[in-house]
Amino acid sequence: MDSILALHRLHFAFTVTFHYVFVQMTMGLALLIFVLKTMALKTGNDHYNKAARFWIKFFAIGFALGVVTGIPMEFQFGTNWAKFSKAAGGVIGQTLAMEGVFSFFLESTFLGLLLFGEKRLSPRAHWAVSLLMLIGTWLSAFFIVATNAWMQHPVGYKVAANGDLVLESFWALLLNPWLGWMYAHTVIGTVVTGGFLMASVGAFYLLNRKFEEYGRTYLRVGVIAGAVASVLMLFPTGDRQGYNVAHHQPVTLAAMEGLFETQEGAPLVILGQPDPEKRKLDNPAMIPRLLSFLTYKRWEAEVKGLDAFPKEDLPDNIPLVFYSYHIMVGLGTIFIAVSLVSVLLLWKKRLYTARAWLWVVMLALPFPFIANTAGWTTAEVGRQPWLIYGLMRTVDGPSAHVSSGNTMFTLIGFMGMYALLGILFLFLTAREIEHGPEPVAPKTAIRGPEPVRL
Amino acid sequence: METIWFCLVALMIAVYVVLDGFDIGTGIVYYLVGRTQSQRQKLLRSIGPVWDGNEVWLLASGGVLYLAFPALYASSFSGFYLPLMIVLWLLILRGISIEFRNHLETPVWRPLFDFVFAGASILLAIFFGAALGNVVRGVPLDETGYFFLPLWTHFTTTGEVGILDWYTVLVGVFAFLVLAQHGALWLVYKTEDILQERARRAASLAWYGVAGMTLIVTGATFRVQPQVQANLSAYPWGYVFPALALGGLAAIPWFRSRGEELKPFLASCVYIAGMLTSAAFGVFPYVLPSNTDPVRGLTIWNATTGSHGLTVALAWWIPGMLLVAGYTIFIYRHFAGKVRLEEEGY
Ligand code: HDD
Ligand code: HEM
Ligand code: HEM
Repeated sequence: MDSILALHRLHFAFTVTFHYVFVQMTMGLALLIFVLKTMALKTGNDHYNKAARFWIKFFAIGFALGVVTGIPMEFQFGTNWAKFSKAAGGVIGQTLAMEGVFSFFLESTFLGLLLFGEKRLSPRAHWAVSLLMLIGTWLSAFFIVATNAWMQHPVGYKVAANGDLVLESFWALLLNPWLGWMYAHTVIGTVVTGGFLMASVGAFYLLNRKFEEYGRTYLRVGVIAGAVASVLMLFPTGDRQGYNVAHHQPVTLAAMEGLFETQEGAPLVILGQPDPEKRKLDNPAMIPRLLSFLTYKRWEAEVKGLDAFPKEDLPDNIPLVFYSYHIMVGLGTIFIAVSLVSVLLLWKKRLYTARAWLWVVMLALPFPFIANTAGWTTAEVGRQPWLIYGLMRTVDGPSAHVSSGNTMFTLIGFMGMYALLGILFLFLTAREIEHGPEPVAPKTAIRGPEPVRL
Repeated sequence: METIWFCLVALMIAVYVVLDGFDIGTGIVYYLVGRTQSQRQKLLRSIGPVWDGNEVWLLASGGVLYLAFPALYASSFSGFYLPLMIVLWLLILRGISIEFRNHLETPVWRPLFDFVFAGASILLAIFFGAALGNVVRGVPLDETGYFFLPLWTHFTTTGEVGILDWYTVLVGVFAFLVLAQHGALWLVYKTEDILQERARRAASLAWYGVAGMTLIVTGATFRVQPQVQANLSAYPWGYVFPALALGGLAAIPWFRSRGEELKPFLASCVYIAGMLTSAAFGVFPYVLPSNTDPVRGLTIWNATTGSHGLTVALAWWIPGMLLVAGYTIFIYRHFAGKVRLEEEGY
């Protein structure tokens, strides 16, 4: 890979991955905050309002970082991928512009009300604001995923006289068959993050014997949301995504599965290390014939391996596709197990006191973030060498006039800037968690001694 | 259809500058107006609920620009690579300082973010002005419609230009003064007592600068971009835009002298919108002129995407913008009136 292209790719990958850390959290929390606000409204119990207020603060911190890291994303299509932008703008300009007009305005307007408006609005109105926030963030995701789905599976376009792609059918773009499952899988993935995060903070409070009443609420809401979402990740959404990949990007499937040779009754690989030079998988642990069954619903079906495709159409980083896919699916399976056990304990009324298990729930926190990142890496690196699948190669996409020196300069700049943002984020959220959901009395007393001890 | 979208993009950019302009302007006059911790907190609170919505106008204009003129988006964003990245960094720093300043109350935390907020706001105003200057002056487009500009070369406006030359720096300083006045007028409207008094003084001082620079920059523009003169002689009705600007400019001190609070700010909005539409009118039909060879310039005709997409987009743009107008009115009314600190924040 020629180095300037590598820099542009790294630039985009780094910034978008960082952006996604925050937005998966805000999208997941948007739903859970709405759930808490609904519970408050239904029961009339102010406990749920206070419980929600804590997460609204958390949400606001994540949102601020989502916004400041999102703006560079919008610009980078033009700055780093000018040739791609010019060629594809006739089509994806639609979804990107719609995202701005329909969702960013909605989110940014109502965030102010969610944060500053609780006193001024009636409880029902504040609840409605939390619903609008949910709609706003999920709508943003819809438009951006629609953009990405089109790059994975271009539809509704035609080629103009000068070779650029222009829109032929607006509805084909929005009803892209790739989009529905991709969207469902992505947003539910954010709910996994939100649920695990909430449960983890809940477990932390119980283990720490602080804010225990809130801890129980968070744990309950978090594990139920996490369990439902984890199951939906595998079935139907993950399964249907796999089906789409198998049918429209068979070479990506072969890379994800580390399948070097075309075979009938292909096995499902659980573990192993692909060796692209020798074209084989080291140390494989696999279940015979399962892959054929999962993709074609027949045990003996033939699955195309990497050998069935011309070399120039293979993803350029097969091991990365393989590992990221296996990390996602492996973690996904673990999430299902962890959250179902938690729900079972909850149902048996033992979750709040099962301290050893609470440790597991608390420490599970980082893994949904990893799984989501791994999922995107699978999709994006698996799409290579295409930028727009089958239409435009990644080599043809970057800005021709931006030198590698400039790209390196800004990449380093972003790395420094984002390191700072990451530290700030951890610092501020850790502080919120420490302060907890109870309103802190006068500000000066924050660092003072514990007010009441029983 | 292309002309319609040219107008819509110009309109959205003008709304962006008018709205985000006052919160950037608040940053410019931040130290002048706010001397103590709680005064500064008040200034920030005056823009707190709206600044992000204002900034979305930038994103939405960018998105719509991309939609309507992909070749322009691709060419200008890659050509202005370095300054755009610097703008992004400034936007990041400014955004987090607004959001995070009030989270901690320590002698280090707040002054640090105050400094970042004011500094980033000042630099942003100058950079945005310089960007506008670049678009008006034109850039050295090659035969494929692309270019790349270093930050500076030898500060002249012809030949091997850089982002910064005498003209664009002039526009940058101009933008700085305009937004300083705009921000100060916003604060006159949103604050009381001593804060209002200081904001009023800052605004009246800035006005002289703005008025003087308006003359200088207009003169320079006629020299740098001949298209402006040509357009004005071909379509004399175009004089309404500069007339609007002048009217706004004249109205500011007039309203101010009568002790009005909101009207001078609105007059400043009119002034800014008038200046920007004048500039847009002046370069039309170019969207990015070439400073080396006029035929290479990007116009609304050769930068567009084909009219089916544009027609479809109009069908959703109109209802979308009505919704946006609705939210905007709602939120400004909801947070109307003077800022108070006793209210619960977060
Ligand atoms: C919490 C996060 C998470 C979890 C537990 C899973 N996924 Fe996933 N997956 C994502 C988060 C994600 C994602 C980040 O949301 C992706 C990236 C692009 C997309 O559409 O969704 C994704 C993409 C993605 C793709 C498309 C890859 C491509 O387009 O090339 C497939 C086939 C799967 N997933 C399959 C699964 C299966 C079978 C899972 C079994 C449990 C699973 N995912 C769990
Ligand atoms: C949904 C909106 C998204 C769009 C439109 C998008 C678009 C792109 C583009 C244009 C590139 C550069 C070209 C290339 O290398 O193929 C890219 C690369 C990449 N993106 Fe995305 N992306 C999106 C979301 C994400 C997310 C959320 C992540 C990760 C969390 C991600 C991870 C990556 C990675 C890792 C690469 C580099 C791939 C490589 O260079 O091998 N993308 N994407
Ligand atoms: C290359 C792709 C992407 C671009 C260009 C992009 C652009 C942006 C921008 C400009 C913002 C700030 C909006 C504001 O000022 O209010 C933002 C925020 C957001 N983005 Fe992205 N984004 C990308 C990837 C993604 C992906 C993959 C998702 C989710 C699936 C996503 C979901 C969101 C959400 C929910 C927000 C709201 C702010 C927040 O919750 O922090 N974005 N994005």
